[in-house]
Amino acid sequence: MENTIVKAENYNSYFGDNHVVKDVNISINKHEVIAVMGPSGCGKTTFLRGINRMHELIPGATSTGKILLDGENVYDMNAIYVRAKIGMVFQRPNPFPNLSIYENVVAGYLLNGIKVSKADKDVIVEKSLTSAALWKEVKDSLHKKGTFLSGGQQQRLCIARAIAMQPELILFDEPTSALDPISTSSVEALFHELKANYTLIIVTHNMQQAARVSDRTAFFYMGELVEFDDTKQMFTNPSDQRTQNYITGRFS
Amino acid sequence: MEARIGMRNIKSNIFKGIIVFFAFLITVPLIIILLYIIKQGAGQVNWKFLTGVPAPVGETGGGIANALVGSFVMVLTASIVAIPVGMAAGIYLSENPRTKLAYYSSLCVDILQGVPSIVVGIVVYFWLVKPLGTFSALSGSIALAIMMLPIVIRSTEQTLKLLPDSLKEAALSLGVPYHRVILKVTVPCGFAGILSGITLSIARVIGETAPLLFTAFGSPFVSAALGKPMESLPHLIFTYATSPYEDWHNLAWGASFILLMFVLTLNIITKVITRKWKIQL
Repeated sequence: MENTIVKAENYNSYFGDNHVVKDVNISINKHEVIAVMGPSGCGKTTFLRGINRMHELIPGATSTGKILLDGENVYDMNAIYVRAKIGMVFQRPNPFPNLSIYENVVAGYLLNGIKVSKADKDVIVEKSLTSAALWKEVKDSLHKKGTFLSGGQQQRLCIARAIAMQPELILFDEPTSALDPISTSSVEALFHELKANYTLIIVTHNMQQAARVSDRTAFFYMGELVEFDDTKQMFTNPSDQRTQNYITGRFS
Repeated sequence: MEARIGMRNIKSNIFKGIIVFFAFLITVPLIIILLYIIKQGAGQVNWKFLTGVPAPVGETGGGIANALVGSFVMVLTASIVAIPVGMAAGIYLSENPRTKLAYYSSLCVDILQGVPSIVVGIVVYFWLVKPLGTFSALSGSIALAIMMLPIVIRSTEQTLKLLPDSLKEAALSLGVPYHRVILKVTVPCGFAGILSGITLSIARVIGETAPLLFTAFGSPFVSAALGKPMESLPHLIFTYATSPYEDWHNLAWGASFILLMFVLTLNIITKVITRKWKIQL
């Protein structure tokens, strides 16, 4: 039980009257890579954004139920604290265009006004960029703007930015859907390395990707969590007919 | 068929010729105005012209230092008032476009933009000049600030609206509080656009005469006191150009030349800012 990092209990999300995530119960362990898949509009992204309380930023968006992070309900915590504790990487790479690569990595500290000495910052930048497999490519151009990098590099920069805040959990919202195949494979390779230190939840509508990178897979359909099981089990012998239909491509 | 295509080509070319002609034509008045003012005014400008105060009637020479200082002081004061207020309102409008308050304040901005400048002058006269019992540079500055507001608000709003939401989300997901997201991410990323709006609004009001007629009024002395009447370039041009003295007409031409150069420089600065500082998204 103490191995659990995130646990959702009867979690529901709404956009106004639209019930998007329906009564989800799920328990995720430390150092796991979880893929969340399902057709467009199934509520997988909304669920993900509920975990770090990004969902409620959209006007009219509400939620009920509990999301426990290390046993504590995030909805009882300060939203700003929750978001600082949980890393997030978005669909499109979104480095800050006004900041250099270096500043982008420590953006979580800079923008929050947390004072860090130059030496500590140097360490954080090198460590985070190394973890994000980007250090070798950018170490000579740290003071160029982040937006000069290629799409895949930008996405890894965003991962480094999330890592720099030393989160235990990192959420990925379709992190490769805006990237070309080569950048995608570099980001996917990174997931395997990050697993050692972090828990990853990856939303994807790409089934092959879910199969390639994850330990366990959650399948969402029409806002419900239909099935949550070992990835291998899920793709070879799903227990629910809807999962079966989805992975065999009978609907998308 | 062949003949028809020939006809079409001819029509296309005529059409192209017409739009090129008019595009060229609109530059002609500007060039003529520019050349004329340079011809009439540039010769008047010398050190004494820039540093001296107007000479009494009957004496030759004299300068426009009172108007230069006055325009500078009043535009600066107007900017100090209008820029923070305008930026705050612009941020609100871009952040909360669908609220009732946004609807009404947006409407007010549109109306304010259309209010004739002389009306702004009269209103400020009744608000400030009458109660205070004196014409003052402060009331002139307020009138100018009111003229600046819509431009600053709209440029801030439009610039910030163009920034992608993903930028804000990136900052919010790092646990950055809302006010810091706006001040440290959104505003810096839209800085070029906001700044060019500000310089444009300054270029716009520095040439305004009407709002100053009943507010700052004018003064023959170099002064930086906000509570006293103050001269300004456009007002000086107005009084000198309508006077019966040849010598004063020349001063008015010189002042026009200075004013025109100033507005031209501001516009060029604006163009450079938008090009150089534009942030690649």
